[in-house]
Amino acid sequence: MNPKRRNRLLIIALVVGGVGVAVALALVALNENINLFYSPTQVVRGEVPKGHTFRVGGLVRDGSVRREGQGLTVSFDVTDGPHNVTVDYTGILPDLFREGQGIVAQGRLNPDGRFSADQVLAKHDENYMPPEVAEALMKAEQEGALANPHSPQ
Amino acid sequence: MWAWLHRLGSPKRFYGWSGTLARWAGWGSLLLGAAGLYYALFASPADYQQGESVRIMYVHVPAAWLSMFIYMNIAFASLTSLVWRIKVADMVAAASAPIGAWFTFLALATGSLWGKPMWGTWWIWDARLTSELILLFLYLGYIGLLAAIEERETAARAAAVLALVGVVNIPIIHYSVEWWSTLHQGATVTKLDKPSIDWTMLRPLLLMAFSATLFYVAVALRLARAELLRREADSQWVRALVDGHQGGGER
Repeated sequence: MNPKRRNRLLIIALVVGGVGVAVALALVALNENINLFYSPTQVVRGEVPKGHTFRVGGLVRDGSVRREGQGLTVSFDVTDGPHNVTVDYTGILPDLFREGQGIVAQGRLNPDGRFSADQVLAKHDENYMPPEVAEALMKAEQEGALANPHSPQ
Repeated sequence: MWAWLHRLGSPKRFYGWSGTLARWAGWGSLLLGAAGLYYALFASPADYQQGESVRIMYVHVPAAWLSMFIYMNIAFASLTSLVWRIKVADMVAAASAPIGAWFTFLALATGSLWGKPMWGTWWIWDARLTSELILLFLYLGYIGLLAAIEERETAARAAAVLALVGVVNIPIIHYSVEWWSTLHQGATVTKLDKPSIDWTMLRPLLLMAFSATLFYVAVALRLARAELLRREADSQWVRALVDGHQGGGER
């Protein structure tokens, strides 16, 4: 490669590399602000902004959804495994909302530790399959668990 | 190898092979697209969670892939043009930009239409959506910069630098769903693990993606050829071409 072209290539590599490093540093510095939601563990540990609106995300704990009468008021626990946060919400829930589903709730933390949400969004995962396959998978899992309860999968 | 590539990039040679390639790519896109649409709309199942709404994926995901693929092409062409000064690379980059911008817009619009029924919102400022929106602005900035500078060489060079600097955004879009917590789900097909999508749904997705890629190739090459003729209008080979065409018409 002739020296002129090599120099041009070098300058471009330096500029792109420099911009890359600068952006990477900025993104690392902003890390907490780019995350869309806090985990229930962070909420329990008190790592969330107090008196501000923020989002909490996790799975809807099985058996925790309670509806109040015929109204739109609902409460449920959001969990990330070790910790739960109880969310109160009045409004229409997205179609994908169900127990075990990932959700993101936006609202405030009350002094009593309950989270009152003014928006609940559903998160879906990266798995796509027809209903029959999902059913078959579930069946196989159950049968496998019955046949060999100690197998890892 | 290098000499061969250089020759392929000469305006006259490029005009020759790009016409054939554009024609084949166009037909290929049409065929794959027809098959893809058939599988996407009729011969693929509804999702176990999302129901029929999952069919938006067959437009949304190829559009999003193409928005990044085309940008990488522009960046690569810009690098070629800056370092090796190959004129054709400039034209390919400039021709790609509007197509890429439209695919980005399509990805954002279909994503929005998908987000409302599934997530419960048209838009959210999470890392994936925001970085994809920035990609749209990069495209618009690139197109604007090319149009704003009168002198062609300067315009091409300035736009090329912008395109190369913007490359930083591409890995951010791709990894945004891993690096940060987002509402957007993670990668399905491009992760190293086995794709977590049923074959009956992967098939229309891939067909649509290949169709969209060939569509891009066909349209970008045609735009680049038109620009090439405009710029080289005074050169001998274009004149010979025009004469040949007119002669053919009279016969």
